[in-house]
Amino acid sequence: MNEIFEKLGLYFQHSFVLNALIVGVLIALCSSLLGVTLVLKRFSFIGDGLSHVAFGALAIASVLHFSNKMMLVLPITVLCAILLLRTGQNTKIKGDAAIAMISVGALAFGYLIMNLFPTSSNISGDVCSTLFGSTSILTLSSFEVALCIILSIVVVILFLLFYHKIFAVTFDETFANATGTNANRYNLLIAVIIAVIIVLAMNLVGSLLISALVIFPALSAMRILKSFRSVTIFSAVFSVFCAFLGILISILAETPVGSTIVAIDVVAFAVCALIGSFGTAAK
Amino acid sequence: MSLLTCQELFLGYDSNIIVKNLNFSVNSGDYLCIVGENGSGKSTLMKTLLGLQNPIRGTVSTGDGLKKNEIGYLPQQTIVQRDFPASVKEIVLSGCQGHCGLRPFYRKEEKAMAEENMKKMGILEFSNRCYRELSGGQQQRVLLARALCATRKLLLLDEPVSGLDPMVTASMYELIYGLNKEGITIIMISHDLMAAVKYATHILHIGDHVFYGTKEEYQKSEHGKMFLAQESGGQEKADSKRSKGGKHHHE
Repeated sequence: MNEIFEKLGLYFQHSFVLNALIVGVLIALCSSLLGVTLVLKRFSFIGDGLSHVAFGALAIASVLHFSNKMMLVLPITVLCAILLLRTGQNTKIKGDAAIAMISVGALAFGYLIMNLFPTSSNISGDVCSTLFGSTSILTLSSFEVALCIILSIVVVILFLLFYHKIFAVTFDETFANATGTNANRYNLLIAVIIAVIIVLAMNLVGSLLISALVIFPALSAMRILKSFRSVTIFSAVFSVFCAFLGILISILAETPVGSTIVAIDVVAFAVCALIGSFGTAAK
Repeated sequence: MSLLTCQELFLGYDSNIIVKNLNFSVNSGDYLCIVGENGSGKSTLMKTLLGLQNPIRGTVSTGDGLKKNEIGYLPQQTIVQRDFPASVKEIVLSGCQGHCGLRPFYRKEEKAMAEENMKKMGILEFSNRCYRELSGGQQQRVLLARALCATRKLLLLDEPVSGLDPMVTASMYELIYGLNKEGITIIMISHDLMAAVKYATHILHIGDHVFYGTKEEYQKSEHGKMFLAQESGGQEKADSKRSKGGKHHHE
């Protein structure tokens, strides 16, 4: 046991490990907050779709030699989020099909661009680390860490301020609209926040695994708890705990950060599902 | 002055007109039932009254100082709500959202109002229970309490008894009737013509032939007579079928 702590102590002397831990926990917190809304609104896949868009945008940014890729990736992803939520309502291509279309398209174009205009000799390494976030969380610049902290705080504050409105719009959009709450405005807000979270989370788990950070905490909480507030709080705690544990384990066992966190999310979900089914059986 | 007035209203989707030239007005304290066959435009009319959809032509105007955020609405249940993790209290309180504007949190008065409406609907004891664990009738009471939080004047109900068993249906009707007696104006879409005639003060029948008037006028009109006869005939037929089936069972 002592050996483990010694090893951890050694690692934490490096600022990049500490940065990774802070950023990881913040991202996990943010992504879990809106997970409940997305799952309930049947938008679980929007995280997945947007992350592929972000991948495509990242490819373009690196080909264009942007010094700070976030500056291009963030606006493109936000724009796509708005488009996707808009099309969800009444257009010829329905929500889920639109998401599938945009996400696969962006993935294909991203990879194509990366291959046509290679920026480094190791394309498959680059692609792999964008998709699975293998090392990027350990190589964050201090600017990226600061940006991540600021954006996380903004997301949390927005969520707290609009908590009741997000609830009203999630539970019953028609009623909210009919009684004078502008549901579209809050749908837009949700879309923008999601896009910001996705871009942040790409550093942590890579673009393929982001959906896991969004939906597992919410689904786990919904197995056990019964009110919106308790589900939200539990999923935040769940997500932070899993991310923290995942990062520690990945440091000790030298496993990829993203997939370790997601693996822990899956195990924790199974535990919650078991507890939930015992709970209903007891009744 | 009336609470809600519709003038020369044409309703429909795109260029497909479903309802032509609708004229009626609802006064404070009225109980209006909107009846008609499936696809006759009842729900479209309701959406237009709520301002969720624009009419093709014509106007809906409010009077008597009724504001847009003072209309309570009881929608039909959506699939999303069936497995929604929310306590009864949270849902009822969300009815006050329309009055909040940009204010992020609820005031004390709003919480008190939510509690009072839960008491009125007889669901105060469930206030911490999970919505998805309640029975159909209890869920409707929760949504009705929420609608009451949004309004003290006008309630729009979209088939409030669909899917409920006869006992619960009857008590739901009594509950709505009681609210009307307290002075809340009711506009209700219904399939149940017999109940409409029993409780409502006015009937709006839409379809190929539009009728608007008091319930007494409706019962006397050619059109109303025909539909009421059909309805009660249909019911008798169903009853006799049921009793026949019952006999079969005994043999």
